[in-house]
Amino acid sequence: MTLRDQLEKIRQEREQNIKDVGDLKKLDALRVELLGKKGPITQALRSMRDLPAEERPQFGQFANRVRDELQTTIERRRDELKQAMLNKELQEEKIDVTLPGKPVAQGQPHVIQQIIDQIEDLFIGMGYQVLTGPEVEEDKYNFEMMNLPKDHPARDMQDTFYITKEILMRTQTSPMQARTLEKHDFSQGPLKMISPGVVYRRDTDDPTHSHQFHQVEGIVIDKHITMADLKGTLQLVAHELFGDRFDIRLRPSYFPFTEPSVEADITCFNCGGKGCAVCKYTGWIEVLGAGMVHPNVLKMAGVDPEVFGGFAFGLGPDRFAMLKYGVDDIRNFYLNDVRFLTQFSKKG
Amino acid sequence: MKISYNWLKEYLDIQVSPKDLAEKIERSSVEVDSVTQPSDGLKKLVVGKIESLRDHPDSDHLKICSVDVGEEELSEIVCGAPNVEAGHKVIVALPGSRIGGNVKIKRSKMRGVTSNGMICALDEIGFGKDVIPKEWSDGIYFLPDDAKIGEPVFSYLGMDDHLIDVDVTPNRGDMLSVYGVARDLGAIYAQKPKLNHPSVEEVSSLAADKVKLDVNADLAPIYKMRIVENVKIQPSPLWLQIKLWNAGVRPINNVVDVTNYILLKYGQPLHAFDFNKVSGNTIYARQAYEGEKLTTLDEEERELDAKDIVIADSDKAIALAGVMGGLNSEIDDRTTTVAIESAVFMPTMIRKTAQRHNLHTSASQHFERGVDRGGVDEAVDAAAQMMHELADGDILKGIVTGSSYDVKDEVVQVTLSRVNHVLGTHLKSDQVSAIFKQLGFGVTLDGDTYTVTVPSTRWDIHIAADLLEEVARIYGYDNLPATLPTGPTTLGKLTEKQILIRDSRRLFEALGLNQAISYALTTEEKAGQFMMRKSAETQLSWPMTNDHTTLRMNLISGLLDDVAYNNARYVKDVALYEQGRVFYKDSADEVRPSEHEHIAGAISGQLVVDPLQNAKRNAVNFYQLKGIVEQYLQNLAIEGDIEFVATDRYPEMHPGRTADISIHGHNVGFIGQVHPSVAEAYKINETYVFELNLDALLEMPKKMNQYQPISKYPAITRDVALLVDKNVTNAQILAQINKKGGAYLKSVHLFDVYQGKNLPNGKQSLAYTLTYQNPNATLTDEEVTKAFDKVQNSLVSELGAEIR
Repeated sequence: MTLRDQLEKIRQEREQNIKDVGDLKKLDALRVELLGKKGPITQALRSMRDLPAEERPQFGQFANRVRDELQTTIERRRDELKQAMLNKELQEEKIDVTLPGKPVAQGQPHVIQQIIDQIEDLFIGMGYQVLTGPEVEEDKYNFEMMNLPKDHPARDMQDTFYITKEILMRTQTSPMQARTLEKHDFSQGPLKMISPGVVYRRDTDDPTHSHQFHQVEGIVIDKHITMADLKGTLQLVAHELFGDRFDIRLRPSYFPFTEPSVEADITCFNCGGKGCAVCKYTGWIEVLGAGMVHPNVLKMAGVDPEVFGGFAFGLGPDRFAMLKYGVDDIRNFYLNDVRFLTQFSKKG
Repeated sequence: MKISYNWLKEYLDIQVSPKDLAEKIERSSVEVDSVTQPSDGLKKLVVGKIESLRDHPDSDHLKICSVDVGEEELSEIVCGAPNVEAGHKVIVALPGSRIGGNVKIKRSKMRGVTSNGMICALDEIGFGKDVIPKEWSDGIYFLPDDAKIGEPVFSYLGMDDHLIDVDVTPNRGDMLSVYGVARDLGAIYAQKPKLNHPSVEEVSSLAADKVKLDVNADLAPIYKMRIVENVKIQPSPLWLQIKLWNAGVRPINNVVDVTNYILLKYGQPLHAFDFNKVSGNTIYARQAYEGEKLTTLDEEERELDAKDIVIADSDKAIALAGVMGGLNSEIDDRTTTVAIESAVFMPTMIRKTAQRHNLHTSASQHFERGVDRGGVDEAVDAAAQMMHELADGDILKGIVTGSSYDVKDEVVQVTLSRVNHVLGTHLKSDQVSAIFKQLGFGVTLDGDTYTVTVPSTRWDIHIAADLLEEVARIYGYDNLPATLPTGPTTLGKLTEKQILIRDSRRLFEALGLNQAISYALTTEEKAGQFMMRKSAETQLSWPMTNDHTTLRMNLISGLLDDVAYNNARYVKDVALYEQGRVFYKDSADEVRPSEHEHIAGAISGQLVVDPLQNAKRNAVNFYQLKGIVEQYLQNLAIEGDIEFVATDRYPEMHPGRTADISIHGHNVGFIGQVHPSVAEAYKINETYVFELNLDALLEMPKKMNQYQPISKYPAITRDVALLVDKNVTNAQILAQINKKGGAYLKSVHLFDVYQGKNLPNGKQSLAYTLTYQNPNATLTDEEVTKAFDKVQNSLVSELGAEIR
C-alpha cells in the first residue's frame, strides 16, 4: 500500500468517524487525534521525505488537501452539533402562547364625553369656537334674554331648580347664545360657536329622565345664514356621528328663542327607517331642536336683526348615546358602574 | 288632543289614510303622538237582539238570554247585568271574539248553562271608565234600534273612526280644536275647509233684561253671555256622544255636552250654569277675595286668593273662571234656564290658578295658550242654537256683553327677498302669495313687499319671522335645500385651557382610570366633605329629593358614591377619575357661587386586575396612586418643584396616609387614603383618592422644552445604604444629598427601602444610587469619591444616618 493509498484510506475512514461523533467534546478529541502533531496526516507528511523528490510536491498537495477536507468536515460537524444543541434548548423553552397576556392599566373616556368630543371635533373642523358657560346661571340669561319672560308658558316645559328668584341651575345651554352674542364683535367676522355642558331640570330620575344631563348648543350668526344651512349642518352631524345611512328630517316646532323653530328627527336606529315599535312606526326618532335665531334674542343682545341673523341648535349627547348604543336607562350614565363604563371602547 | 278623522272629513275632502294624514300634520304643523282606532284589538263584536230571557236555574242574578245574532238559530247567552231586558239591541261578543284588555271570549259554561259568548258593557269593549255616560256605567249598553243585527258594532259607536292625538306646542293653541286643525289642513292641502257658521233662532224677549254683567276687563278682556230658557235636560243624541267620548270627554247631558262639543269644535271654552241657582240678576267677573271658598264641580273645596279670577253672583263665587265651574250652580236634571258664558281670561292668571290649585282642565289649557278672540260670539251663538235644537230651549234675544274690544286682524309685512334670504330658497312671488292665501290670510304684494293680514284665528303671528315659519312649513321642510354656511373663514380650535383639560383626561385614562360623570347636586353633608378650601354652600331653594339638595364643593364624594354603587354590586376593583366643576362661595351672603374645574380620582381594589396575582397583595396603595398623580403632573410639565407634604387636616382622610400636593409652594390638591370611618359610612372598601385644582394647574407656567445635548462622557454611579430613624423622610434625605451633591451630581434614585427584621428598633434602611456626570469631560474616580464622601459625611452629621 502506497503512502497515498494509506492516506486515502484514513480520509475515508475518518470522515465517517467525524460524521458519527455525537457531541462536541468527542469531536474536539477526534480533531486533536487526527490533525494534531501525532496525527496520521502529520505523520504521513513527515514520511514524505522517504519519497522520491519528484513525487513529493504532488503528494504534499494531496496530503494538505486531505487535511483541509477533514478540517472542513470537522467544522461542519461542529456547526451541526451546535445547532442541534440549540434546537434542543429552544424546544425546552417552549411556552403556552395561549396563556393570557399580562394586563396593563387602561381607562376609558365616558361614553357621553366621547360623543361630546366627536361633536366638538366636527364643528372645530368647520371653523366653530368651543365656549363653555356657567352651570349656575342668571334667570336673565337662561330665560329672559332667550325670549322667555317671566310667566311665559314655555317656562313650564323646563322645570327649573332655582337657588334664588334670579339665580338657577341652567336648564339649557342656550344662555350661552345670549352671553356670546352680547360679547361678539361682528366687525371681526361671523359668530360660529358651540357650547357643550351640563344642564339641570327639576325632574324625577327614571329610565328616560335625569335631573342632570348634557347639551351642546350651537349658533351661527352672520349676514347670509339660511335655514338651508341649518338643514345641511344637521345632516352633517347625523352623518358624522352616526353614519351615512342616517338622514335628518325637519318638522315644525316651537322654541321661544327661534323662529322658525324645528324639531329634527333622525332615521330610526332600530329599524333603519322601515318603521318599528321604537320609532312608533314612523321610521324617525326625535333627536334635537333648532331654528333661526329669534329677532328678539338678537335685539336683546344688542345685535341688529335687520342685518344679522342665523341659526341655533341644541344637541343632546345623552340621547345620542342612548340611541347609538341602545342604552335603555339614562341613569346608567351617572351611576358609573365600571361594567357599564368599560363597554364603550373609543373606536366602537 | 285627540282629533277625529271622520269629524275632519265633514269639512275637508280628505283622500289620504289617517296615518298619512297624521304624518302630514306632523311634518307641517304639530307633533302627532299616535293614531289609533277605538276598535284596535277588538274582533267579532256584533249587534244582537235579546228576543227573550229567563232566569238561570242556579243563580239569583244571572239571566239566560235568547239572542238573535243574525244566525239561523238564536244564541243562548248568560248575562248578569242588572239592566238586561228583552227587546233591546246589544253588543254581543261572539265565541272566538276579542274584547277590551285583549281578552278572548270562548263558548263556556256558567253554572252549568252554556253561554255562546257575552253581552258587553262599554267598559268591556275598551271604553275608558271616565268617558262612559253615567247611565251606562253599571250595565250593558243598548244600541240604537235601527242597528242591523249581526253587523259589527263599531260603526254604531264611532269605534271605526281614527283618532289623531296631536301634541300641540304652546304657540299653536289654534290646533286645539277641530276647526283649527281643519283650517291648517286646508292650508296644507290647498283646500278651503267647509266650515259652517250658526244662525241663531231667538225668541223676542231680551237676554239683557234677564242678566246684567259686571266684569273687570283687566281679568276678562272679553266676557259675553247668552241665556237659554225652558231647556229640557236629557241625554244627548248618540252622534254627539260619540264625538265627545272619542275625544275623551264623558257625555253628561244635552246642555253640558253642547259646551264641551263647542270647545272641541271651536277651541273656545264655554261655561254653562243654572241661572236659577244664581242670587240676583248680576254676574260678576272679579278677583277672588283672600280666603274665599268655592267648591268646584269636582267636589273639592278650594280656598282662593286675589290672584284667582272668579265668576260670582251678588252673594258668592259660582265658578273658578276659565278653570272649572262651581258645584253651587251646576246644570242638573231640573235645570231650565241656562246661562252660557263665552269669554277670554288673562292667560297668565289662568295658568297660575291652574298651577296653584293643581287643576289643569281642558278649559284652562285652552286659555293658557290663548283662544281666538274673534270667535267668542260665534261659539256662544253655536252653543245656544244647539241647546235650542237638542234641548228645546228658547234663546233670549241678543248676546249680553260684559267686556269686549274690537279684535283687529294683525297686519305683518315681509319681503320676498327676506323669505328667500332666511330660508335659503328660490321661491317665486306667486308661490309665496299662494301659501299665504292657503292659510286664509289676506295678502297684497307691492313690489317685493307682502302685506299680510292675519285673521284672529292665528293669534300666534305677529312679526315677519312668524310668516317665514308659515311659508317654510307649508312649502315643506323636505323641500328646503341642504347647504353649509358660507362667508368669511373663521378659525376653529380649542383654547389652550380646553386642550389641557382634554390632555388631562387622556392622561388619566392612559394611566388606567375610567372617566366617571357623577351628579353635581348631592347631599349637604357630602357637598362639604374633602374640601380643599373654605366655602359656603349653595343650596337649591326647592329640591326634588333629599339626595340632591346642594352643589358639590368637591369631586371625591361623588366618586365615592360611584365606588359604593360598584362595591354594592360586588365590583371590587374600581378605578375612576372625574373632571368637572365644584361650586365655591366665599361667604354665605354671596348668591351665586364661583365655578372651578377640578379633577379627582378614586381607586379601590386593584388598578390592574390580574387573576394570576393575589388580589390582596396587588391591591392599590398610596404609592401606586401617587405614581399616577406624579406621572400626570410630570406630563403637564409645570415649572417648579412638586412636593407631597404629610397632612392630617382633612377630617375625611386617613391622618397618617394623606399628603397635600404643592407646586412651587402653591397648594394644588391632596392625595391619600379615605378615612376608614368615612369609608364605612359610604359602605366602600379601602379606597385611595386624590383631588386636584385643575384651574390652578392650567394657569401655572409650563416648562419650555429645550434640547439638551446628550453627554459623550461616561457617568459614574455610587450606591449608599443608610440606616436612619423611621421618622426621617425620603424627602429630607434627597434634599440633603442634593444640597451637598456638588456640581456633577446628575441624579439620585432610591432603590431600596427596608424596615423590620435585623434592624434596630425605630430604624429603617434606605439605599440610593447617585449618578455623577460632567457634560464636558470624563470624571475621574477621585473627583467622584471626593464629592460622594462629602454627601455621606453630611448625611451622618445632619440626619444621624449610619452608613451601612
